[in-house]
Amino acid sequence: MTLTHTLPAPTPRNHLRMSNVLRSEWIKMRTVRSTTWTLVAMVVVSVGVAAIASAAVSGSWHTMSLGDKLSFDPTSVSLTGLLFSQLIIGVLGVLVMSAEYGTGTIRSTLAAVPNRPLVLATKAAVLAIVTLVVSELLSFSAFLLGQALLRSPVPHATLSQPGVLRAVVGGGLAVTVLGLFGLGLATVIRHTAGGISAYVGTLLVLPLINEALPSSISHPVGKFLPLNISDTLTSVTHTVGSAPALSPWVGFAVLCGYAIGALVLGGVLMKRRDA
Amino acid sequence: MIEVNGVTKHYGDKVAVDDLSFEVNPGQVTGFLGPNGSGKSTTMRMIMGLDAPDSGSVRINGRPYRNLPLPLREVGALLEAKAIHPGRSAYNHLLYLAQSNDIPRARIDEVLERVGLTEVAKQRAGKFSLGMGQRLGIAAALLGDPQVLLLDEPINGLDPEGILWVRNLLKGLASEGRTVFVSSHLMSEMALTADHLVVIGRGHLISTGTVSEFIAEGSGQFVRVRSPQSIELAQRLVAEGAQVINEQDGALAVTGSSASAIGEVAGAHGIYLHELSPQMASLEDAFMEITRDSVEYHGVSSSGPVAHLTPSPASRK
Repeated sequence: MTLTHTLPAPTPRNHLRMSNVLRSEWIKMRTVRSTTWTLVAMVVVSVGVAAIASAAVSGSWHTMSLGDKLSFDPTSVSLTGLLFSQLIIGVLGVLVMSAEYGTGTIRSTLAAVPNRPLVLATKAAVLAIVTLVVSELLSFSAFLLGQALLRSPVPHATLSQPGVLRAVVGGGLAVTVLGLFGLGLATVIRHTAGGISAYVGTLLVLPLINEALPSSISHPVGKFLPLNISDTLTSVTHTVGSAPALSPWVGFAVLCGYAIGALVLGGVLMKRRDA
Repeated sequence: MIEVNGVTKHYGDKVAVDDLSFEVNPGQVTGFLGPNGSGKSTTMRMIMGLDAPDSGSVRINGRPYRNLPLPLREVGALLEAKAIHPGRSAYNHLLYLAQSNDIPRARIDEVLERVGLTEVAKQRAGKFSLGMGQRLGIAAALLGDPQVLLLDEPINGLDPEGILWVRNLLKGLASEGRTVFVSSHLMSEMALTADHLVVIGRGHLISTGTVSEFIAEGSGQFVRVRSPQSIELAQRLVAEGAQVINEQDGALAVTGSSASAIGEVAGAHGIYLHELSPQMASLEDAFMEITRDSVEYHGVSSSGPVAHLTPSPASRK
């Protein structure tokens, strides 16, 4: 009963390396089914909704009012499904951290990598890279499919038109940043159901509450809500008479602020709390 | 080598560990004993840097856990058998751990072989029995070929063959000069496995030393005496300076005297003896005796309060 010694003895220069921890987090992410399923669901639902929405507009175009026709934004219609992407990516972002706490894996993780901010940072980096690739592919696919399904006389958009590329790229970016926001919330809350509730609450319930408030409050507050920011980011035209909005990139910066705020708070708490 | 220095930990108002100090040395199996709820797991988590002590410090090989350059290569731990994602395979669980500490992949196959999980390595860990989960946890602990091993209740859920396997594994690791620290609430198991004991109760250090020292300390050796004239005998023995306790079945438990002295007292006064037997406490009895006042949860049996070492459901965390 002797251990075979296959490991080279650690030399004083051996220490935890960022690249190893990144690879470790990537292994963790790709070896659970929830990752694959949430990403597949995200792609199917969002591209599917793009197809349905675009086809529906083509079918009902002749019955639309002149005002609706004038304010029609073919880019925004094809990116409608990104709302679902934003919801689903939040679930993935939450699960990446909450599953560790739920299953106790976090103790194995922190035994291997006691530097907690490093664990959170590498998780965030891996989630961001995976999400960015998938969500940009998704956003472009939804846009191209949606435009292909908008039949004449319905106007359709091309990537070379002003603001269109920004909307399509921005759609993928918003999904990525919201995934990170979910990760940050889960690090604070450390519970799957709680994390998802907080995420959905911020995304969908806050706008409903805000709408119930008088416009003197709801207008200045509303433009800072994630849903309105991503809506502006993925639209090319701004509907006249609608509530005020932040400009697309200022809005995106605010969205990043949500993610950074949640991640920093999560990181501070993670360092301070018992695992 | 593990050094625990004056560690205290509260959870809310409750003191889990109170000014606890001990050392765990290489080359032997050190058993960490205590009733359920006595602070063993909390202490283990503090050694691993998972929970921060309110005061005091813990060092492994001379430094705090978080300062170990490649932790898994110095310390292997089995903290909870189910600290494993049920959807991830055994192999992938070990793979992410190995990757983080720059441990070559070939080592994963070695430890899987060692714990006997090679056949099921690609299966999802959620399908594993409690015993297989324990084996996977032990594989993870061995992954980095560490000099220090911490195992929290490693035989939980194992069948007799598995228990024997763990016992031999721990002894083998210690004989290779490693530091092996293993917790249990089962005194009998520790009697077979451990060379050295650290015993705690309610977060306090109760005793530390070799297994034989522990038995001597806790046995409170006494002599059981039965006599038809037990009242007179008791009075005579007390007059001689012994302590006498009436046992429930009418026997006398005599401490502070020896069997021969008791026999002489009886003979000198013409008292008949039906039994005169020196009692040696087992390790189990010693453990019960020493931890009696510090058992967190007492069960109540029909014959009066008895300290239960196996927990009632309510005493499980």
